[in-house]
Amino acid sequence: VTSRQPFDRPTDGGVSSTVFRDTKLQDRQQTTATQESGLFQIAQQASADALGPVTPALFFCGAALVVVSAWAIVFSSSIVRMSFFLLLTLGSIAGLFFFLEAELLGAIQLIVYVGGTLILIVFGVMLTGKPPHTRTAIRRSEVVLGSLIALVLTGGLIVAWLRLTLPVAVDAANQGNPVAAAGRAMLSTYLAPFEIVGVLLLVVMVGAAHIARRKTQ
Amino acid sequence: MLNDLLHIGLTHFVVLSIALAGAGVATMLTKRNAIGILIGVELILNAASLNLVAFNHYQWRATPVTLAAKSEMLPGDKLIESPAAKPVTTPAKPARKAKPAAPEPVRVLRPAIDGQMFALFIVVLAAAEAAVALSVILNFYNRYGSIDVERADALHG
Repeated sequence: VTSRQPFDRPTDGGVSSTVFRDTKLQDRQQTTATQESGLFQIAQQASADALGPVTPALFFCGAALVVVSAWAIVFSSSIVRMSFFLLLTLGSIAGLFFFLEAELLGAIQLIVYVGGTLILIVFGVMLTGKPPHTRTAIRRSEVVLGSLIALVLTGGLIVAWLRLTLPVAVDAANQGNPVAAAGRAMLSTYLAPFEIVGVLLLVVMVGAAHIARRKTQ
Repeated sequence: MLNDLLHIGLTHFVVLSIALAGAGVATMLTKRNAIGILIGVELILNAASLNLVAFNHYQWRATPVTLAAKSEMLPGDKLIESPAAKPVTTPAKPARKAKPAAPEPVRVLRPAIDGQMFALFIVVLAAAEAAVALSVILNFYNRYGSIDVERADALHG
């Protein structure tokens, strides 16, 4: 026993330190282990059965509203109609966030985007829209060129999605409380972006007020 | 076929955000109204954040995390109880100092929220961008009496 210990100890110590150091490798192994255990399929089944046929109906209603109102923005020439259709688009995207179990994000989308940014845009429309300038028609050639570029970009995105191969998803038992998790993430993992965004908002507030003020001679 | 269509997955959301991004690009390129271009940018940003949240929900639901003790687990964490998860322990050495039983490291699956966090920052940045853009547009309108972007050619050589 005494003669074997000096040989055993370094080997085992090496193994355990490797396991602790190479956490990424361990994570990968863990991921495969989870997939093999079949937990993923069970959870998929559970989430699919949770709402039954209501779930696809909800999704397709929201998606149809998003697509129709987004393309209505493209084809409407009045800026007021465009902002109304933007309201519909942003609201139904918030609904889709709720669908994706991102309740906090859906609420923030409604409060900040629909309640803030959109009101800002409407104010911009009110402050700048005199009747002769409300409709700015564009040339036919510009429409063709713009649609062509948009089509090429859309086709590129579709090709990129079709060529993409994704790893099998990891599963969690439940998503927990998104508000608590977001708060924790903001003060730990995302502390630096959080602080930078805070400074940015201050700068934007001061800068926008400075730029937009009426110059008095 | 119909079953695939009704089983909502990542593909549905990706197709939806492609349509949304296409609408945004088309809006940006076919409007001469500065506010219209701003609305197109908002559409593209929303397509991006929808994509991020959908990928977070369907693809990267959780991250494996090693915790020092079981007491550090947070609500929503799921203990991984496969034997492979447990770290290799050193064999029992001759006990020189009898330590109290040290807390054993545990592996948990923590729900991932990174996609939602990125989308959150997108919302904040979009609000900031809209504020600055609108003050610039307002200034431009006060100077030229129009928000037609074709008229912003003072720097044109």
